[in-house]
Amino acid sequence: MTTASSRGTTSARPLRVLAAMSGGVDSAVAAARAAESGHEVTGVHLALSANPKSFRTGARGCCTVEDSNDARRAADVIGIPFYVWDLAERFREDVVEDFVAEYEAGRTPNPCLRCNEKIKFAALLDKALALGFDAVCTGHYATVVTREDGARELHRASDAAKDQSYVLGVLDERQLAHAMFPLGDTLTTKGEIRDEAERRGLSVAKKPDSHDICFIADGDTQGFLANRLGKAEGDIVDESGTHLGTHEGAYGFTIGQRKGLRLGHPAPDGKPRYVLDISPVDNTVTVGPAASLDVWSLTALNPRWCGEPPAAGPRTYTAQLRAHGAETEVEAELKDGTLHVHFSHPERGVAPGQALVLYDGTRVVGSATIASTERVAAGV
Amino acid sequence: MADTAHSVYLDHAATTPMWPEAVRTMTEQLTVVGNASSLHGAGRRARRTVEESRESLAASLGARPSEVVFTGGGTEADNLAVKGLYWARRDADEARTRVLASPVEHHAVLDAVEWLAEHEGARVEWLPVDVYGRVRPDAFREALERDPDDVALATVMWANNEIGTVTDVRELAQIAAEFGVPLHADAVQAFGQLDIGFEDSGLAALTVTGHKIGGPYGIGALLLGREYTPVPLLHGGGQERHVRSGTLDTPAVAAFATAGRLAVERRDEFVREVGPLRDALVEAVLDAVPDAVLNGDPDPAGRLPANAHFSFPGCEGDSLLLLLDAQGIECSTGSACTAGVAQPSHVLLATGTDPDLARGTLRFSLGHTSTKADIEAVAETIAPVVTRARNAGLT
Repeated sequence: MTTASSRGTTSARPLRVLAAMSGGVDSAVAAARAAESGHEVTGVHLALSANPKSFRTGARGCCTVEDSNDARRAADVIGIPFYVWDLAERFREDVVEDFVAEYEAGRTPNPCLRCNEKIKFAALLDKALALGFDAVCTGHYATVVTREDGARELHRASDAAKDQSYVLGVLDERQLAHAMFPLGDTLTTKGEIRDEAERRGLSVAKKPDSHDICFIADGDTQGFLANRLGKAEGDIVDESGTHLGTHEGAYGFTIGQRKGLRLGHPAPDGKPRYVLDISPVDNTVTVGPAASLDVWSLTALNPRWCGEPPAAGPRTYTAQLRAHGAETEVEAELKDGTLHVHFSHPERGVAPGQALVLYDGTRVVGSATIASTERVAAGV
Repeated sequence: MADTAHSVYLDHAATTPMWPEAVRTMTEQLTVVGNASSLHGAGRRARRTVEESRESLAASLGARPSEVVFTGGGTEADNLAVKGLYWARRDADEARTRVLASPVEHHAVLDAVEWLAEHEGARVEWLPVDVYGRVRPDAFREALERDPDDVALATVMWANNEIGTVTDVRELAQIAAEFGVPLHADAVQAFGQLDIGFEDSGLAALTVTGHKIGGPYGIGALLLGREYTPVPLLHGGGQERHVRSGTLDTPAVAAFATAGRLAVERRDEFVREVGPLRDALVEAVLDAVPDAVLNGDPDPAGRLPANAHFSFPGCEGDSLLLLLDAQGIECSTGSACTAGVAQPSHVLLATGTDPDLARGTLRFSLGHTSTKADIEAVAETIAPVVTRARNAGLT
């Protein structure tokens, strides 16, 4: 059992904290809370777009000139120094190109996760540490708990509805040791964070939430991928291989997808059809009934542990398979670097490329990238 | 973070504190009503203040009062000179579309020139510069000689805002005059640090601004030879020789003139006091960081007395700034940023500096409030800051 000796921003001594400020309300309030707790905070906005001006009309994400100005304004109100760091090249290599390559390979990546792993808690953290900072602070809703033995654990946010521990599940012990999430242990709704921003005089209080993918300014992921990968007509087939229609690029599909198949005629049984499989090799998309989506087990690669790797042998955890997804009970075992996972109840819409994050209660145990799925029930 | 009350301000080239006398002039005038264009008593009083200020500023700059065109600052004066003279000269003879410009200009000139190329059919010829960013007179002559009749104007700054290099614009003006081509010089950084005589210089136009010499923000002037009538950027009430319309800001004009007078009166003293401080700073930095590179002309005769500009190999300029700021030392990388992201200095790139060295730069610019203690603070801080920034590396 864990004893929480410190949570959130409280700390015995003031730390030198680098607050990543996207220009949104959450990261602004997080920076303000860190500063209020007595830490020496410096704000930094990450310029992630190679050509920020081209994103000026985009309302989303963290790449526009307005977002940078909003972050600067918030830092001024909080009374902390503020800088813009150009990490566009690293972001392009590690997040955008990875995103495109994953889709091209028929997988479904989560770029936010990749950004936390490779940019915010790698490129940014490394530079921060080199410059003498102790920690990187973000507006994520998650909780870092320091055990009495000094080790750090990542937990779900107190507010389950806001919890973002899933996209932080890739952080290892070292990264966690330097992470600060001031919003994690507050039982608040977004409305209350906005009220707090208003009270603090932060003009971002009324700014709309960002969602979707920050580097796809218009939200049109399909269009973005088509532009990057080109159109490549291929077959849509059923489970028996019967040709049902054509598509303009297999990368445009996600496992479990129902809409946008444009098959024209209904299935013989009249039931909706879903994407079951995407094969980039022969550019074929397989569709079928919902029941065929049931996944009973999977393998996942590149496991990353928030602390010690689990002991040998199968162990029971809860798992989350996508951002804001529900928890499900699993039995997982690590064998030769591959995580073998069996579900207690079948899961639908499980796609290779997605991250599987394992929890022990509220504690994040670790994460891995789904490599393959199995649709037949089988014991461990 | 450091208390601003204890900050070491070494960014006077960005802006320098107003002289108390200029503040007094300005506050006095702020309580007086009157539009200098009005015919009644209040207007006459305002006009008298404006015209006396014009005479004073003209005297400070070795110009005639009628050659002083007040503007909203240095950027506007540069734009008026570059675009206005281009339009006027091209309208008089459509063959004149060539613009000769140094590549180390401030963006107020650089971007105006590039705008002319993109929108007004200008053909820009960037004049070659030496390793210190100085336009070579023989290259200038060659560019003019090739076809003097197609040149609309030339523009070369008097002293560089980043690396402090002083150019002998008088020599260039003589050459330009031989070919009947107007030469504009941005003297925003030179005013108050160098001896500027507009009439003697032979220049067609010269830009100065208030807040770099201890005057107020938002006021500048284009000194403009009487034979030139640039096409205005601003149309309206026809003030300022019909070249720059808009009600004159009497308090700012008056305070600008006060600051201009003081800048000239105290220039010798400034050079005597600030020059050695700058030299001490250069020595201290090169001592503490042996591989630091002093950019610009190492000969004090060839650079602004208050400027010191360095490259620190393997460092990001931004990292240096952040670390110094945390110690209460306020300076600049010297170069412009795009959307908040520092760009490698176009000035250093034009002088042939390695692009990585053009990224890790710091400009320390001294002013009339600088002290020995400021220099000591830099001397103590710079070595550990550079070590740390170097560890953070280039992203």
